This record gives sequence, structure tokens and C-alpha cells, in this order.
Amino acid sequence: MAPGAERRLLLPGSIGWSRRAKDRLATVVIGSAFGLAMVPLISLLYEVAKRGIPGLSVEFFTESARGVINGGGAAHAIVGTLVITGVAALISVPIGIMAAIYLTEYGSGKLRRALTFFVDVMTGIPSIVAGLFAYALFEIFFGPGIRLGVMGSVALSVLMIPIVIRSAEEVLKIVPNHLREAAYALGTPKWRTITRIVLPTAFAGLVTGVMLATARIIGETAPLLVTTGVIDSMNSNPFDGRMQNLAVYAYNEYRSPGVMKQASYDRAWAAALTLIAIVMILNLAARLVYRRYKTEIR
Amino acid sequence: MAAEVDITTNAGQLLAAASGGRRRVGDRVFSNLATAAGVTILALLAGVAIFLFVKGLPAVTASASELPGGKSFIDYAAPLAFGTVLAAAFAALVAVPLAVAAALFITHVAPPRIALTLGYLVDLLAAIPSIVYGLWGIFVLGPATVPAMKWLEENLGFIPFFEGPASTTGRAMFVAGLVLAVMILPIVSAVAREVFAQTPRKLQEGAQALGATRWEMIRMTVLPFGKSSVISGAMLGLGRALGETMAVTIILSVSGVVTFNLISQANPSTIAANIALDFPESSGIAINLLIATGLVLFAITLVTNLAARAIISRQNIE
Amino acid sequence: MSRSRWLAVLAFASILALGVAACGSSDDEATGSSSDLSGEVAGAGATSQEAAQEAWIANFENENSAVTISYDPVGSGGGREQFNAGGVAYAGSDAAISAEEGEMKAAVKRCGPGELLEIPAYVSPIAIVYNLPEVEDLQLSPETLAKIFNQKISSWDDKAIAADNPGVDLPDTRITPVNRSDESGTTENFSEYMSEVVPSVWTHEVSGDWPVKGGEAASGTSGVIEAVGAGEGAIGYADASQAGELGIAKIQVGKDFVEPTPEAAAAILEESPEDKELSADKYMFPFALDRKTESEGTYPIVLVSYLIACTEYKSAGEAAVVKGFLEYAISPKGQEAAAENAGSAPLSAALTKKITPAVEAIKVG
Repeated sequence: MAPGAERRLLLPGSIGWSRRAKDRLATVVIGSAFGLAMVPLISLLYEVAKRGIPGLSVEFFTESARGVINGGGAAHAIVGTLVITGVAALISVPIGIMAAIYLTEYGSGKLRRALTFFVDVMTGIPSIVAGLFAYALFEIFFGPGIRLGVMGSVALSVLMIPIVIRSAEEVLKIVPNHLREAAYALGTPKWRTITRIVLPTAFAGLVTGVMLATARIIGETAPLLVTTGVIDSMNSNPFDGRMQNLAVYAYNEYRSPGVMKQASYDRAWAAALTLIAIVMILNLAARLVYRRYKTEIR
Repeated sequence: MAAEVDITTNAGQLLAAASGGRRRVGDRVFSNLATAAGVTILALLAGVAIFLFVKGLPAVTASASELPGGKSFIDYAAPLAFGTVLAAAFAALVAVPLAVAAALFITHVAPPRIALTLGYLVDLLAAIPSIVYGLWGIFVLGPATVPAMKWLEENLGFIPFFEGPASTTGRAMFVAGLVLAVMILPIVSAVAREVFAQTPRKLQEGAQALGATRWEMIRMTVLPFGKSSVISGAMLGLGRALGETMAVTIILSVSGVVTFNLISQANPSTIAANIALDFPESSGIAINLLIATGLVLFAITLVTNLAARAIISRQNIE
Repeated sequence: MSRSRWLAVLAFASILALGVAACGSSDDEATGSSSDLSGEVAGAGATSQEAAQEAWIANFENENSAVTISYDPVGSGGGREQFNAGGVAYAGSDAAISAEEGEMKAAVKRCGPGELLEIPAYVSPIAIVYNLPEVEDLQLSPETLAKIFNQKISSWDDKAIAADNPGVDLPDTRITPVNRSDESGTTENFSEYMSEVVPSVWTHEVSGDWPVKGGEAASGTSGVIEAVGAGEGAIGYADASQAGELGIAKIQVGKDFVEPTPEAAAAILEESPEDKELSADKYMFPFALDRKTESEGTYPIVLVSYLIACTEYKSAGEAAVVKGFLEYAISPKGQEAAAENAGSAPLSAALTKKITPAVEAIKVG
């Protein structure tokens, strides 16, 4: 800081007007930035709700599209999204958090820096490339033309894992060392320190990271187009055959609406609305967990 | 052999440590698991790199006449690389300051009672599927930005970015960049929020005790503390922007030209969008060509992250 | 329990309810179908056929409740690749299998010991849509059309357009040509038409990628329609069934100006010869569309999409389903359903008669 500023600080009770003005300005700028960030959100939610609500119905949630031309429900897509995303999370979360633990607790020097670096590179993989990779991988074992729900999950994991790792790593890094040291001083083995002290302290942040990653992938279309295939009928088994999901369903309804355009568009928006609703509910649950388990570091 | 020791108590743990029996097993298992996870990630990444390399190489080594469109690989990929970097850089430039400011608002300005709700709202932006962003871009943001782009052309047209002629439908790089910025905002903001919230109380209270205003306290304690994490968050966001497929595919009016002009209807395509646009109809060497551009994107991400690392280490922020 | 606990429970319960309700829906609502066809058959290919396939699959599954058919709209290229690799039982393609890059060889090999089967099943007129509220009827000659899309004509009151539309008051609005940003069969067919009919004006190489830089590009048929609708003075090319409220131009064929109706589109297939060079056996019917035709009532800017299959499959059950499905698709009822849902032009009776032997050749057991 400039010497003049230091002198001003030491005088009790006298805050110069320029500092006060800067403080006010900063508050206004920060507040407006937040407001600006809210504008697209409100616009998006409004548009999706406005266009999606006409497409909602009981049928939408309970019927699949099997045997129905230009109609039917999206139940098969809803189940597909839940299954594919669930399996992707099942794959990504354990691996991601363990890798983050490796990076913060065990890794040393070069290997750790290399791993962090490459995880960052992974975040740049385009979603369609992740899909093509997953397809190529399964093609080796199952031959060409294979389409499985779990392939979509693998493709989504490629996209999800880096986000889980990076955000988990940031949160684990912030857990202060004195907590760990206190535990070691008491003779706690390292692994128990991690599971009993470090993870619970960082728990809320970890949940945020997982939520972020889930939200990222749940609306992905491109990788699923080339891995899970498209089907009208219900399928809840990720290891057996094609599976529909809300994102691909919405995209197909938009892209090839057929002669009855408006009905197809309505369904596409309704599927998008359902997707957002699912994420909102999951997010809400995560937030409540956060509030319950939030620990502040003193 | 060490005798059975109850390690649930502190005394027991001390004894176990002294005897060195069970503890070593638990530690070994856990540390092996962690290492295995780390190795799996590297293997996965190596897998993707190998895939890109194996499938992309035939196109890189092919001569121009063998490739669709008759252009050499470099001629094909360079405009795409340019467009990718342009879009992502623009998005990051808009999103990162906004995200940091929004995060500061939530953690330090807004009343603590509603901070959680505000954070939830910003995170909601991440919940929107990418096709919805694309459709929102062409139906809502595009038309809304047309007057602004016209204004830019008229008043700032001497800057190459705003040369114009302004697009009448709003499907320009400017709009695509803004949509990308909105998409990566929640990622950067979430990471920033987490780290700003964890700024040690002592540091903040210390600054306040010295008489600093809130903004000065933020500038002196919160921002430096969170700097490296914010940069990490920005890298996450940048990665997302570089690789975003569907939104750009739907919005951008692509023309294969290389230009800094952000507001006209002739825009360069991005690598990811180009793959999505051409893959369905491609077969044979055309597919290799597209995957080879994926390899180029991989390289771009590598270089960007290397640069970020260099910046961080030069500022000695570790 | 605390309020936040209640909310959390509510949140999880609602997700669970959503899943259960969806899972609980049953797909076995068979309405008394007496068919003994069963099994799962997968197809993949052109997105242009997507709406038609939806109709065919739905109707076929209703008649045969133990059958599940899926069609992945991954694109013509992807469909053919999948088919050649043996990954799908049938493919939908906007382009006939070509002899390039060993594609034909691979396809023939895939079907061995049976034979390769390629039949046109989906014909769709491509309309030239425009956005000029004050001009009700627009007529365009091929030269004018090509010049507009080549960006050589930039204003609606240009002499060439006026010459095609005697007596019509044309505004001096700027023309914004809209094209496809994604590679597509629609682009290829439109480009092929101009390249054959006015090669002196349209000198570009024919491909699925739009060759002219600087125009407004939109992704997908829906994208083009939206883009044309959004800008006054815009003109584009897209599947006729999606035109909606936009104006549709009449294109000059011989002496008349013809509208893109399904009948006119189907008529061109009647006029066109088969492309013998692309035909590896007697069950393949690739067409070399005669776009230069001057016959009355034909509309030359069309997209013809094929179904590709084999006459023999490893599993007799699969063969039976494919045969039944293709039989339905080319039948009058099937074509009617496709026309209703996708706006395509039904195959003429004569053409159907010609290609039926190919489908009948599929060996069932």
C-alpha cells in the first residue's frame, strides 16, 4: 500500500471521502454484476417455462412414445436421463474424489503437478469427442453398432470427472493443515484423518462440486446421440440396448418436428423444462445438505 | 505379531502407532486406492489422446487432394482453431470478472441469510441444458442484441472487432460469445464463492480492525487469498467454453472465414461445432479429418493450461 | 423434524415419484395384434427420414407388439458406416451407396452370402422459401435462383427477378440468402440441381457443404426456416413440409413455373433413369435424377432418400422383421402415413411395383 494510505488507516475514525466513495462504488459495481448475472437466468427460466408448460401433461410423465406418431409421452426419456446420469455419477464421484484426495494428500511433486495439469486439459474435451471415444472403446469389445445406456454414462463420466476432481481439489486444499496435524499428533493414521476429519470438513464443498458436475452433464446431447441411440420404448436397463433421454428427445423433437410442428416443439420445450426441474430439485437437496453440514474454518 | 488393539480410542491409536500393525495396512490400502484413482484418470486421458491420435492421424498425413474440400489439413483446421480461441477468449473475458463480482456479492455484500439462496440461483444457470442455451440464443438474445450490434458498428466501427455490417438476425460471434459467457459463469462463480467464503476470519477481521473499508478488506485479504483458486475456476470455465458444442452449433452463422469481426453474419466456426455440424453426414476420411481437428483442440487446451500455469507460478502464488 | 429436513425429504420424494411413475408405465398395451414377428431391429441414418421413420415404426409396432424397432438419426454417412460394419440391420441414406473409398465393396461384403438391397422410400420436395410479406407469388428461373444464392444479385428489385415476375411490384429490400451450416443432403440436392441446370452460373463443386461464403448460415431445417422468418428479404432452401407461413417460390421448369407439391416431386422419379453404375446387383435402385427435365408437372428440386438392407441376415427372426418393416414402409399405407407425418411425396404405384421384388427377395428361413 502507498505510505499515505497507511497513515490514513492508522488514524482512528477518519476515513477519507475518496476511500468511502471507492467502497460505495465497489458495492454498486459488485451488486450490479450480480444483477447482470441474474438477467439471463430469469430470461431463460421464463422462456423455457412459457414454451414448456403447454407440452406438459400426465401422459408426458407416464407414457413412452412407443406406437404413437407425433404424440405420446416422455416417460422413457425421463427414466433414461435418471439412469444414465445416475450411473455416470456412480462412476465419476468415487473416482473423482479419490483422485482429488490423491492430489491433495498423497501426491508429491512432479506426478501431482502432472495430474492436475492433465485434469485441466480434460475439461476442454468437447462433448461430442467424449461420445465418440466412448463409442470407440465399446466397439473394441462389443463390435460395431453397439448402443448401450452405460456407454452414454461412460461418455458423460469423461466430462464429469475433471469437474469433480478440480472442485474437490480446491475444497480439500483449503482445509487447514492444523486440523490434519492435530490428528496426526494424536496418532491417527493418515487414512482415518482423511475420512474422519478432512472429508467431513470439506463435505459441503464436495457436494457443491458434484452438483456442478451433474448439472453440466445432465443436459448433454451430442455425446449421447452417438452412444445411447434413440428409441421410442421404455428401457431402464443401462446394460441392455438403446435408451432414450430427455436431452436427445428434446433435440430430435426440435430438429425433425414433422408436419405437426407446434406439438413437437411443445414437447421439446416440455422435456427441457423437466430436465431443469430435475436439476433444480437435486440442487435444492444438495443445498440443504450443505446447510446442514457446513463447517466454518476458524 | 502385534496383539489386537482397539484403535477407536486415542490411547488405542497411540498404541497401534507404536506397534505399527493395523495402521500400516489401512494406510496402505487407502493410499493404493487413491493412487489407483489417479492412475485411472491418467489412463482415461491417455485413452482419449490415443483415440484422437489414431483416428486423426490419417487425415493429418493425407495430401490435400485426398481430403474433402480439397484443402490441406492445416488450411482446414486453422480457421476452426482461430474461431475456437476467439469465442472462448471473448466468453472468458466477459464471464470471469462478472463471476468474481457475483461471488463477492454473495459472500461479502448480501445479507448472510439469503446468501445461500443467491448461490443456488447462480448455480441454476449451470442446470440449463446446452440446447436450451442455443435456442435461447437464436430466439431471445440474438434479436435483443441486434440494436446493440448496430450501435457498435456505427460508433465503434473503426475497431476491427466491430467492423460490421451488423447481422440482422443476431447469429454472430458476439451473441455466441455472450451465451458461452453465461454458460461458464456458474462454474467460475461456484469455485470463487467456495474459496471467498473460506477466507480465514482472522485475516478479514484483522484488516477491519486496522480501519479498512469493506472494499479495501476484500482487496487486501479475500482476493489475494482466492486468486489461485479463481484462476483454476477460470481454467475450468475456459475449458468448458473451448469444448462447448451444441449451443454454438445452433446459434452461429458459420462461413469458414477468418475474421475478428464479431458482429457480422460471416463467422468462423469452432472446432467442436464443426464436428457436430459435419459428423452426421461424414464417412471415411472425412471422419478422420473431424477427429483430427479434435486433436487440435486437445493441443489448444494443453497450451492454454500451460500458459496459465506459467502465469501462476511467475506470480508465485502457490 | 426441522423445516430443512422436511424440504430435503420432499425433494428426494419428488424425484423418486417421478422415476416410479415413469418406470411404472407399461409398454405392453398390445391391442390385439395377431402377429408372430418378434425381436429387436436397429436402423440408423439420415435425419431427413426421421419423421417418416417415426410414423413407420409406430404403426408397425402397433401391428406387431412383440417387435421393437429403433432408428438412430445419426446422419446418412453414419448410417451407411454402421450398416457396413454390421452394427445395424438397415440404413437410411440421402445418397446412394457410392463406389468411392470401397463403400460399395464393404456393403456387398456385409450382405454376403445375400445381396445388397437399396430402394428409394422417401421423396421430399425442397422448397425455396422467402420472406417478403408484400409479394404473394414469386417466380424464379434457375439462372436467377443460382445468381441469388451465389450472391450476385443483392436486391429484390433486380432486373432478373423482375423479368421472371412481370407485373409484380418488387420492393428494393436487400436479399439475405440463408443456407445450411451443417453438412446435409438438402444442400447437396439443391446444389446438384443448380449445377446441372445452370452450370455456367453455379460453378461450385457439388457436396453436402454449402460452398458460398458470407451468407447467413443456420443449423438444420428448423434453423433455416427460423432464420428466413426472422429477416425480411431473406430467402432460403428447406424441406417443403416445414415451410409454414413463409412464402414459397415457383421454379421454372420448361415453360411453366411449378410449385413444390408432393405430386410434382414424385413425378420426377418417374422421369429419371436408374443409375446403373451404382447398382451392384438387381436389388439396387439408385436413381440419377434428371433435373434438367422439362416435363409438365415435375418439380426438380427434390431429395430422394433410400433404405439400404440385405437379402439375407444371420438370424431368420431379424430377416423376418426387416422384411415386414420394409414391406410396410413402401406400401401405400406406409407411404400415406409418412406423407401425413413428414410431408413427403408418396411413391407412385409404378415405382412401388418396381422395387417390391427387392423386398420380397429377403430370405426368411
